[in-house]
Amino acid sequence: MKQLRRTMLFVPGNNPGMLRDAHIYGSDCIMFDLEDSVSIREKDAARFLVYKSLTTFSYGNKELVVRINSLDSKLGLDDLEAIVRAQPHVIRLPKTETPEDVTQCEREIERIEKETGIPVGKTRMMAAIESAKGVLNARDIALSSKRLIGIALGAEDYVTDLKTFRTADGIELLFARSMIVNAARAAGIDAIDTVYSDINNEEGLIRETTLIRTLGFDGKSVINPRQIPPVHKVFTPTQKDIQKALAVMGAIKEANSRGSGVISLNGKMIDKPVAERAQYVIELARAARVPMQED
Amino acid sequence: MQILEVGVAGTMESSDIMVRIEPKDTEGIELTLESSVGQQYGPQIRRVILETLRSLGVTKAKVDAVDKGALDCAIEARVSVAAFRAARRDDYQWKTKGAEA
Repeated sequence: MKQLRRTMLFVPGNNPGMLRDAHIYGSDCIMFDLEDSVSIREKDAARFLVYKSLTTFSYGNKELVVRINSLDSKLGLDDLEAIVRAQPHVIRLPKTETPEDVTQCEREIERIEKETGIPVGKTRMMAAIESAKGVLNARDIALSSKRLIGIALGAEDYVTDLKTFRTADGIELLFARSMIVNAARAAGIDAIDTVYSDINNEEGLIRETTLIRTLGFDGKSVINPRQIPPVHKVFTPTQKDIQKALAVMGAIKEANSRGSGVISLNGKMIDKPVAERAQYVIELARAARVPMQED
Repeated sequence: MQILEVGVAGTMESSDIMVRIEPKDTEGIELTLESSVGQQYGPQIRRVILETLRSLGVTKAKVDAVDKGALDCAIEARVSVAAFRAARRDDYQWKTKGAEA
């Protein structure tokens, strides 16, 4: 079944209460952060806490992601030494600018996997792109490792690098978002959008989520549990979408049983892209456990 | 592990514990615990603190802990970090999940 990544909840790594409760809010993925939400003096403490949480708690069926510090400093390597051993599903690399950033991280992960007897390749990766250079290299980054499950946009650093600022309609991010989603699709991996930082503005969150879903993204990073239900609502097929998709699949099945190559529904031709979209709607609905009558 | 200076880890936030470890001249751990759930869990918290120090090889230290309802794994993490800081060391021995015992 498709791994849903509609929401990736950011959890600061140095907060024991939040680490304990992170799974109860219903996000598809949980991202434990060792990077920007942890002050430089508390990096060791956050690393210990996240390691202990991952080796102690059961987080059910959540996809567990840990954002490490950049490998430019010793912190990133220290993070990998601890976190790979704690076996989250995914290591998230921040501020990725080149495919070499990914392969360097992959080499270290592979070394630790070999040292510890963890099957090589088990630890998956995702890369966050947060600069103009990273955006321009998005395609090569997305294709740089088989371990990658997705690439994500980190907008705050990106707009700073671009010498601009965030706006309500997000025009400043259109190029980066388009690059990232196209790069992800070309590599067959997921595209995850940046956070929406105004946690009290649900209307703005829904508007932005609707935009990025239309662009092709698979999900969005969220910084507060309150943001999870509205984002899920945008990313989950409605009953109307599902009924339409089921009708398309039904028409295909019927045409196949008649041995007919020409498929139509209510007088409209169903061609391959229409069938693929319908199939994807059904996959999403199934993964999101939306009730549906398939036959 | 030899405690060389004062090492502090943790916060006073709910579900956390603040641990302060300092050198002591004589053998033994002198532990002072203040806990919002001490009535019920005091002995358990003391046991986790002492066991964590024992596993790190700390035999001489004065420890002050202020607990705000931390679970065992948070207590272990905070005590370990305070001890490593107090010993001026960072050679943590991470164990692979499933083989932590």
